[in-house]
Amino acid sequence: MKHYTMAEAIIAAHSKDPVEAGNICGVEVDFAFANDITAPPAIKEFAKMGAEKVFDAARCAILPDHFTPPKDIASAEQTKISREFARQQGMLYWEIGRVGVEHAFLPEQGHVLPGEIVLGADSHTCTGGALGALATGVGSTDLAAAWTLGSTWLRVPETCKVVFEGASSPWVGGKDLILAVIGKLGVEGARYMALEFHGEALSALPLDGRMTMANMAVEAGGKTGLFIPDEGTLAYVKARAKRKYSPMLPDEGAVYAKSITIDLDRLEPVVALPHLPENVKPAKECGDMAIDQVFIGSCTNGRLTDIEQAVKILKGRRVHDRVRLIVIPASYEVYSAALERGHVRDLTEAGAVVCTPTCGPCLGGYMGILAAGERCVSTSNRNFVGRMGSVKSEIVLAGPMVAAASAVLGRVADPREV
Amino acid sequence: MNTILSGKAWKYGDYVDTDVIIPARYLSASTPEELAPHCMEDIDETFVKGVRKGDILAAGNNFGCGSSREHAPVAIAGAGISCVVAASYARIFFRNAINVGLPIFECPEAADAIEKGDLVEVNLETGAITNITKDKTWTARPFPPFLRDLIGAGGLVPWVRRQLGISGAEA
Repeated sequence: MKHYTMAEAIIAAHSKDPVEAGNICGVEVDFAFANDITAPPAIKEFAKMGAEKVFDAARCAILPDHFTPPKDIASAEQTKISREFARQQGMLYWEIGRVGVEHAFLPEQGHVLPGEIVLGADSHTCTGGALGALATGVGSTDLAAAWTLGSTWLRVPETCKVVFEGASSPWVGGKDLILAVIGKLGVEGARYMALEFHGEALSALPLDGRMTMANMAVEAGGKTGLFIPDEGTLAYVKARAKRKYSPMLPDEGAVYAKSITIDLDRLEPVVALPHLPENVKPAKECGDMAIDQVFIGSCTNGRLTDIEQAVKILKGRRVHDRVRLIVIPASYEVYSAALERGHVRDLTEAGAVVCTPTCGPCLGGYMGILAAGERCVSTSNRNFVGRMGSVKSEIVLAGPMVAAASAVLGRVADPREV
Repeated sequence: MNTILSGKAWKYGDYVDTDVIIPARYLSASTPEELAPHCMEDIDETFVKGVRKGDILAAGNNFGCGSSREHAPVAIAGAGISCVVAASYARIFFRNAINVGLPIFECPEAADAIEKGDLVEVNLETGAITNITKDKTWTARPFPPFLRDLIGAGGLVPWVRRQLGISGAEA
């Protein structure tokens, strides 16, 4: 009998084709979604395909999150196209005020479940790997085909096993772990591969931190980043699941194309310097790297744990005079919880602006665009040239603790310096 | 369909990401006409002014990494580029290019040897890439049978129409 990796096991449960790394398999899709940027082209291709109805309206969704609340007339038009199509199809659509950044919101809503194949027209769909779903990003035409057929093709990925050894310090979070992985693998070290995360230490990592890690699998070129669902994960999804699901696990004796080990005992708070996520360096070794802005939010680090970590550092302190701190809870569930626990007040008293859930500044949309010569510490996922604004601006990627400490000190800083 | 593509080469390095192929500030649009005038502008201001219909884009590793935006291959094709020759592609860009009908070839040797301004010829059927200027020929990695079928059908839209049993081209 063949011993499957987790990705292979999930594909085998969804396909009639022989499952072997490198093969192309037709697979059933459990859930397929797009956002306000990728839905309009998908809707156009859906019509060209001659399709009339999506394969299952309860498994197809559009989420307004990138440029919403609409930043200009053109994005209002795109949102309108998305909304009208969703209504006409009877598919899932949530209005602003009741939604969030897709990869934070969909797991909260129980639409990304262990053992499933989830397709999203957004590269950070791989976030769902935190729950044990083979969730992966595709373009709009692929998504339109999945809406039509309820299936897609996937190349069975080789798997890179990532093993964490030791125990991490309280000043290190999911972002530091995944940046350490990307620093080691490089931005294409896992191209076309699945990452599979292993290690005792991961059981102490909250689900929010796992989502941060799975989210950035794509920044190493990966198709998805898979966590084995544990008791905590299963309890989380049980309370929220909108469908039946069957968790899948890797087999003992599965064959991995690659394996790397990260020593958590030695891992310090890190950053990724411009302009690639692989440029990883300990935050305390960045010298006097002055900053103009800090952004805490996004599908990578806009969850409650992230806000709590930032508040732990910012409460009772002031954001540096020269720095603008923008905090964007990634969903209304996160926003409400932050409000209820007093975090929003702690943040505003420290001198931060707390905005409505949106992808906004992460991709240079709005709500915090950078001018030429400006530098931003961002808890998002990409520090490419021009990603957040001017091609002459710079992005330093970090977790919420490094971001909060940097906001206070006005330079890239290790949280232990505050 | 013309099976031999021929044009002048534009050359870029490793990790050309979709944020520079078409920056997010233009994503409120999605047609080739709207996107093409901004293609590559964040790494090469001369590209849009200088590119001619049929030109070929050569690049290094992990071309098209980053966002899933299909706007990237649409912008490249819209700018007049007839095909891309790269050492390797990011997986979502790879799918998107095939789906929207932008021919792409994976060939590290050719991608490395092609320089800006070289005259390059690509045979769509055989995958032969000839650098006329340098008088050298390479063969791109062949696509697996399923992808050849998808490309042969004319991209994902006609392929899905076939699955649905709808005959003829889309309206």
